[in-house]
Amino acid sequence: MGKAARWCAGALGVVLTLSGCSGGGTGAGGVGSGGKGGKVELSYAAWDNNQKKVLEQLGREFTGTHPNVTVKVQLTPWTEYFNKLKTSVTGGSAPDVFWMNGPYFRLYASNGVIRPLDKEVAEDKVDLSVYPKALIDLYTYEGELYGLPKDMDTIGVWYNKALFDARGVDHPAPDWTWSDFNRTAAELTDPGKGVYGVAAQLTSFQEYQYNTIAQAGGYVISPDGKKSGYDQPETIKGLEFWTDLIEKKHSPDLQTMTDTSPLQLFEAGKLAMYWGGSWNAGEFSANEYTKDKVDVAPLPRGEKRATVIHGVANVVSATTEHPREAWEFVEFLGSERAALAIGRSGPLPARDGTRQAWVKDHPRFALTTFLDAVDYAVPFPVSENTAAWNEAELTHLTQAWTGERTVGEASAELARAMNDLLARE
Amino acid sequence: MTSTDGQESGPRRAGSAPASGGTRPGGRRPRRDRVSEALWGYAFIAPAGLGLAVFHLWPVLQTGYFSFTQWGVFGGHTWTGLDNYHRLLTDPEVARSLVNTLAYTALGLVGIPLAIVFAALLNREGLRGTGVYRTLFFLPVVTMPVAVAMVWRWLYNGEYGLVNHVLALVGIDGPHWIADPDTALFALAAVGVWSGLGYNLIIFLAGIQAIPKEFYDAAAIDGAGPVRQFFRITLPLLSPTAFFVSVISVIGSLQLFDLVYVLAGSGLTGRANPAFPRIQTVVQLFYDRAFLTDDRGYAAAIVMMLLVIIVALTALQFRMQKRWVHYG
Repeated sequence: MGKAARWCAGALGVVLTLSGCSGGGTGAGGVGSGGKGGKVELSYAAWDNNQKKVLEQLGREFTGTHPNVTVKVQLTPWTEYFNKLKTSVTGGSAPDVFWMNGPYFRLYASNGVIRPLDKEVAEDKVDLSVYPKALIDLYTYEGELYGLPKDMDTIGVWYNKALFDARGVDHPAPDWTWSDFNRTAAELTDPGKGVYGVAAQLTSFQEYQYNTIAQAGGYVISPDGKKSGYDQPETIKGLEFWTDLIEKKHSPDLQTMTDTSPLQLFEAGKLAMYWGGSWNAGEFSANEYTKDKVDVAPLPRGEKRATVIHGVANVVSATTEHPREAWEFVEFLGSERAALAIGRSGPLPARDGTRQAWVKDHPRFALTTFLDAVDYAVPFPVSENTAAWNEAELTHLTQAWTGERTVGEASAELARAMNDLLARE
Repeated sequence: MTSTDGQESGPRRAGSAPASGGTRPGGRRPRRDRVSEALWGYAFIAPAGLGLAVFHLWPVLQTGYFSFTQWGVFGGHTWTGLDNYHRLLTDPEVARSLVNTLAYTALGLVGIPLAIVFAALLNREGLRGTGVYRTLFFLPVVTMPVAVAMVWRWLYNGEYGLVNHVLALVGIDGPHWIADPDTALFALAAVGVWSGLGYNLIIFLAGIQAIPKEFYDAAAIDGAGPVRQFFRITLPLLSPTAFFVSVISVIGSLQLFDLVYVLAGSGLTGRANPAFPRIQTVVQLFYDRAFLTDDRGYAAAIVMMLLVIIVALTALQFRMQKRWVHYG
């Protein structure tokens, strides 16, 4: 126990010391430096082990066209990725190219530790219209684009066909509504067998709350990014969608979900429906239990149809010594060839014209669901320091999920806390 | 804690042995000799001292300084005086994590009598397979805390865990041990006590074996049974060992982090555990502020507070020892 604490204190000390010596970011400009015929090694940081092989293969292909450049893939597991990245950026040893996600993007852009790419995009005439607009917007900060989208994800309802058929329940219709969904969940719940219709997961807002909030007509953060939407009645309705399911026992309670995650329950045949992302396709087609028992349907319609869209982008460090090579590598990763290769390894590629190939690569499931969802997708809610109010979301909504407080009370409190945090940004 | 030759020895306080190892002749020696001896002494402790200074002392001083600053996400800090400390006083998370940490510490002390009893039992003459028992007791100590926590996470699972499975056999419907606010703290403390038992046990065993056998022989002649011998001889003569173990254990409990972090949920998702407000520890809060919300100055203030508490509680224990610790 003591060791961990001391390690943390030590690590903090090291981090703090290093930050003292690191120079400031160079910001934009400086294109064309480095290289000069010498050997260049680009470091490329990522978190998904399933994609390690394909990323390394793409690195070798890039070396094929740029003989003086080699690419070294640095893999860090998801849970540690952003901690490590932050530490290495602070210490002046950031990877040249790295994966970025929505919640952290503005933190990096606003602090000037990643490079704007507009100039290069214009020079090399990169066609940005092949990417969903919501993703280009997600990686644009103060009018400048900082990242090229790599893959994207929308949300659907994964469901266990075997459980549906066993209880004689119709599979979800493509145009189903909230009330259809609630009825289906009720019909599939079987306390005797410990089977629930669905699990109202608290910890994954991207797959759960953000979708129902948008479907109810509410919002998480105002479009100008200055105000929380958690005190809006529509937003509260989107949250109550889930707490009602827990109350009616069509979803396990929060204690049960703390012990066993909804994904584990779904893969053990204890959940009939699981709200999940397009990225689950890889896992569900590899899992022995799910591979021939599950399929996917669109999210049900509330006041309107909605799904959250999010995607990972490749960004370039502001302090890279090889900005030209780094950009060219990012451009290559955004190419059709790279997108197709990445799609085969699991995620849904962001680029138009490569997504159908992804659907064909995983023929077991009705994956066009995720492509169709792009039409009614809403952007992933972010601000400059998203992580700060992500913590507040969990702190306050936990009390609503346990039933300790009403959703209205907990949500209003959350709105106040979030507004305070937004005001400090 | 090494065995003695059976003579009633004087107080075995640390530091009573001569530093350079030589036997000291009676009279005063020339000043030059003493200076050179001292220099050699410092030379020998220099490597350890340097490591301590660079890797422990310096970070502590730095952290102390940083507790008066506010930090940018990617470094850079500004002096904000006592702001962080003002915030400490009104932060409900600080208050509750402090209460939880003190509760863990109190519960952790249960491990001391347990370890003494087991040590006494393991030391009985004629007990077969002591090596096996000692290994079993010590195994958790040499196992990675994260691995220990993951196994316990499964054992404690409300639906599928072994603990509730066994309870169900006798008709008890067990709770979600680590997700139920009423049981989580106790369930975690139990794992803490269990995993620290082996370490304490070894120290107590050494302590017991340092007690001269003649005392027991004399007591047996006077007609004292094993229980009476335990309370009248073993326990009083173990008090210096118990004091050492209690100091170490209190410091360890106050710094509790990894067990809770892995067993009850980590980072953001840990907050979705309904029991979170009842199990969050001070170091966990420090970690969240330093690495999750990038509030490093405030995080530094949190650990400085913890440092002061550790020093105060340790000083208190040293003062209290006069009342119950018997040396020799």
